[in-house]
Amino acid sequence: MEHIQRHPARVARAPSRLLDGLQRWLPKLVVAPTFVLVGIGIYGYMLWTGVLSFTSSSFLPVYDFVGFDQYAKLMTNDRWLTASVNLGIFGGLFILSCLLIGVVLAIFLDQKIRQEGAIRTIYLYPMALSMIVTGTVWKWILNPSLGLEKLMHDWGWTSFSFDWLVSSDMAIYTIVMAAVWQASGFVMALFLAGLRGVDSSIIRAARVDGASLPLIYWKIILPSLRPVFFSAVMVLAHIAIKSFDLVMAMTAGGPGYSTDLPAVFMYAHTFTRGQMGLGSASAMLMLGAILALIVPYLYSELREKRHD
Amino acid sequence: MNLFKKTLTAAAVTAALLPAQAVQAGEVEVLHWWTAGGEARAAAALKEMMEEQGHTWKDFAVAGGGGEAAMTVLKTRAVSGNPPAAAQIKGLDIREWAKLGFLTSLDDVAEANNWNQLVPPVIADVMKYEGEYVAVPVNVHRVNWLWANPDVLEDAGLSVPKTLDEFYQAAEKLEAAGVIPLAHGGQPWQDATVFEAVALAVMGPEEYAKAFVEHDMEVINSALMEEVFTEFAKVMSYVDDNAAGRDWNTATGMVIRGEAAMQIMGDWAKGEFTAAGLTPGEDYICAPAPGTTGEFTFNVDSFAMFSLSDEENSKAQKDLARTILEPEFQTVFNEAKGSIPVRTDMDMSGFDACAQASMDTFKSSADEGGLVPSFAHGLATTSYVQGQIFDVVTNFVNSNDKDPVRATDQLAAAIQAAL
Repeated sequence: MEHIQRHPARVARAPSRLLDGLQRWLPKLVVAPTFVLVGIGIYGYMLWTGVLSFTSSSFLPVYDFVGFDQYAKLMTNDRWLTASVNLGIFGGLFILSCLLIGVVLAIFLDQKIRQEGAIRTIYLYPMALSMIVTGTVWKWILNPSLGLEKLMHDWGWTSFSFDWLVSSDMAIYTIVMAAVWQASGFVMALFLAGLRGVDSSIIRAARVDGASLPLIYWKIILPSLRPVFFSAVMVLAHIAIKSFDLVMAMTAGGPGYSTDLPAVFMYAHTFTRGQMGLGSASAMLMLGAILALIVPYLYSELREKRHD
Repeated sequence: MNLFKKTLTAAAVTAALLPAQAVQAGEVEVLHWWTAGGEARAAAALKEMMEEQGHTWKDFAVAGGGGEAAMTVLKTRAVSGNPPAAAQIKGLDIREWAKLGFLTSLDDVAEANNWNQLVPPVIADVMKYEGEYVAVPVNVHRVNWLWANPDVLEDAGLSVPKTLDEFYQAAEKLEAAGVIPLAHGGQPWQDATVFEAVALAVMGPEEYAKAFVEHDMEVINSALMEEVFTEFAKVMSYVDDNAAGRDWNTATGMVIRGEAAMQIMGDWAKGEFTAAGLTPGEDYICAPAPGTTGEFTFNVDSFAMFSLSDEENSKAQKDLARTILEPEFQTVFNEAKGSIPVRTDMDMSGFDACAQASMDTFKSSADEGGLVPSFAHGLATTSYVQGQIFDVVTNFVNSNDKDPVRATDQLAAAIQAAL
């Protein structure tokens, strides 16, 4: 103690230089591991998948490059085409239905009703379930020999028929149904938060001007929720493109491969069929689809910020 | 090989110099997915036999029926340079692993124990890479079986159909009687299992092998293949509408309960009948799939042996390989698993009627050329060609207008693309 007090200046200077250095380096040190992890774990593997998609890898990675062969094979692969078309159907219907149902629910809930908190929780609850659970339950409900159809037959309505799940033309729509059930509550929550953020004085002003409530929603409130629409579409589009567990639980891609989605195709080929090259190529195309969505989004986001 | 001889000499010299050293004990780590009931008992028998020889058994069981999870674990272990001694790998995947340089030669064990005389050449070929044994066959499953409920057939005044035409006639009567003629699960591998039985019935073993083993484009893209698709569509028309996604054992349950009359499925279906307390020949019938009498589609489980660096462990590994083909293990294992021994010189008196019939056909077809590998179960072709066949077959079954000509074109294009 005494020793330190006798040479206060000298002792204090050394740690302060150390502290200065630490201060400069600490943030970088703290962030570095995450950068390394993200660099390797996300971008590194992305790159690796990209490299593999140009090789003839079977069930382990090998590095004999075959150019765009795997992509060419993919383009003539009937199953891949089915999967892509299914993604179009699934993604389109899923996003539209979720938005529609979500907005309508949010507007209804916005009417200052009693027990709103409880109702909101009930609507939001499906989101808490895993897709596997949702898929399994809907599989039981829609199975003609177990669920809805059998129930109707048992109740005496024997002409009732609902066999979409086992029909190769209609099965993809049953997956849309389950996915919409799962996600529309979440969209509702997003919009409800947005609606609560709308300045009530605007609404009051419109009221004074004699606008009806539907007109106010349609002309004033919903247009002001553009950013909410945008983020909802982004989130839903992601869910659609990476959708895997729901299909696996409900139909496992069947009947045949009529409900295959790109993610299911990619998993089957890369990990169970020993066609890692082809699987990687399909993964790269999925990445392309996501980039096509996210790049314009990032662009608009960053540009808007600069204008502010 | 040279290195091996050197180690062998070294081992012999050490053994001579140190006669006091009793048993050379090593450790075998075995990757398998026999985790259910009879399978687990079968694996335990192997463990016991290895421990009797003084070796340590390290169990590496990864649950999951088809072994997909096990294969994923195996890949990571192998790539990181730490493979188990033996792994349950099937069919042409053995060749893929050997091609990547992971497997060790078992030719010395095979020669010492006369494997070439014990195992039919068609099956031995699957176990070999460039002429050397790299895997040991454990059992043989027959895939082209027809399982039937005798009470249901009797009520409709029918006997077991022996040809496809008899099958159609029987199915018509059963349908009229309000019974589902054919129990089936609409999963790609099950579709392929029925397709393969029909293909064998229509084409015969020679053309079958040309199409699905050698991938002879002239046979694949032929009028004969169109006929296969036509007959296949007819067989599948007797399946109920709700088959999509149904598991095979659920379908077997329909036969057991009499909701359905018949099922075309491999002999693992016997396990379901046994579990229900039924006796073969009385409570249920096992017969060759229609039109394939005397022919045998095989599905062989096998262990591929990985290259190990530890000498004692690799000795234990060779002991494991030898033990698997010994009559004692073959009996215990196959009685528990429902399959038949891979050795043709076994005493079958302890096995049930279905297994005995299976063995008779196995031997006779091995001599007469009716023994063909199953492509639905990965014995005939690589997993990518198999996958392409699955896609075409399952798409054909599930499409609304089943056009055999178009399906044949698709099959030819798909196999060509996968080669």
